[in-house]
Amino acid sequence: MNPLTSPVGVSHYLLVGAVLFVTGVVCMATKRNTLGILMGIELVLNGANVNFVAFGSSYLRESSLGLDGQFFALFVIVLAAAEAAVALAIALNFYNNHATIDVDQADELKG
Amino acid sequence: MIVLAAINWHSFFFLFFALVACAAAMGVLFSSNVVRMAAYLILSLASTAGLFFLAGAEFVGAMQIMIYVGGTLVLLIFGVMLTAQATFVSMKTRAGEWVVAGVVGGTLFFLLAQAALSVDQWRTPRTDQAELAAIESKTSAPLGLGLIGVRVDKLHQADERLKQGMSGYVLPFEIISVHLLVVLVGAAYLARTKKRMTDVKAEGGRKV
Repeated sequence: MNPLTSPVGVSHYLLVGAVLFVTGVVCMATKRNTLGILMGIELVLNGANVNFVAFGSSYLRESSLGLDGQFFALFVIVLAAAEAAVALAIALNFYNNHATIDVDQADELKG
Repeated sequence: MIVLAAINWHSFFFLFFALVACAAAMGVLFSSNVVRMAAYLILSLASTAGLFFLAGAEFVGAMQIMIYVGGTLVLLIFGVMLTAQATFVSMKTRAGEWVVAGVVGGTLFFLLAQAALSVDQWRTPRTDQAELAAIESKTSAPLGLGLIGVRVDKLHQADERLKQGMSGYVLPFEIISVHLLVVLVGAAYLARTKKRMTDVKAEGGRKV
């Protein structure tokens, strides 16, 4: 099966989404920089978006979800923008108060 | 050698955008410099927009570029610049954390890939994509009408149980609008310069 001549299905998109999701999760787990963790979250949301669009696309399979996939992808994009704004405000506040953006230093509330 | 005419260009561009998106995501993961991570993230999100175009979701792809790449990432890069001190630009992760994260990530990917390849209907692609592209409408009007509650794309729903789900997305749209407003106010409140706080701190410092 030649990938250049055979048509693309939903599974191909799901695999791309899986790679984006997993890199995002590992990114969130390993980065010590607050902004690195934020970038991991963006990757995770983006991976989920790829899946939504793939399931909603009528080009990839006969019986697709229809436009609902695109609606959810749009909602995810808007929520990601909102989340990034708040998370960045919190990160900047943390940086101003503690002069660091290492999340390992954010242990003041530890019992 | 593949004859040029035999190439399915849809698959070709899918392969290109998918490889760029995945490679750039790996770049975000494995580079320890936060400025480079932001650059790789732009590449990854932009090529994901290309994937959306190829899946027939042109409006979502355009929004991905405008909101994600043009808005969210500019915000992130501002964050990087505002906190870019020499010690924070590049933070190394300990080897043990890489091992644990690699095991967890590998397991998760194995699980997701297994699920993606397990359903037959997902594995069998359409072969008449070119004919479909000719008859599909290329406007965002169905999306806009769906957001105000009219689903012109699903006027005929034979299944009686699914008819309830035919209604549009007015309520999520309203909720998301209010949510965005609240978030903007909250972000502005959180990020404003706190003149008063530093004054109080300075006074406290003098007393001690």
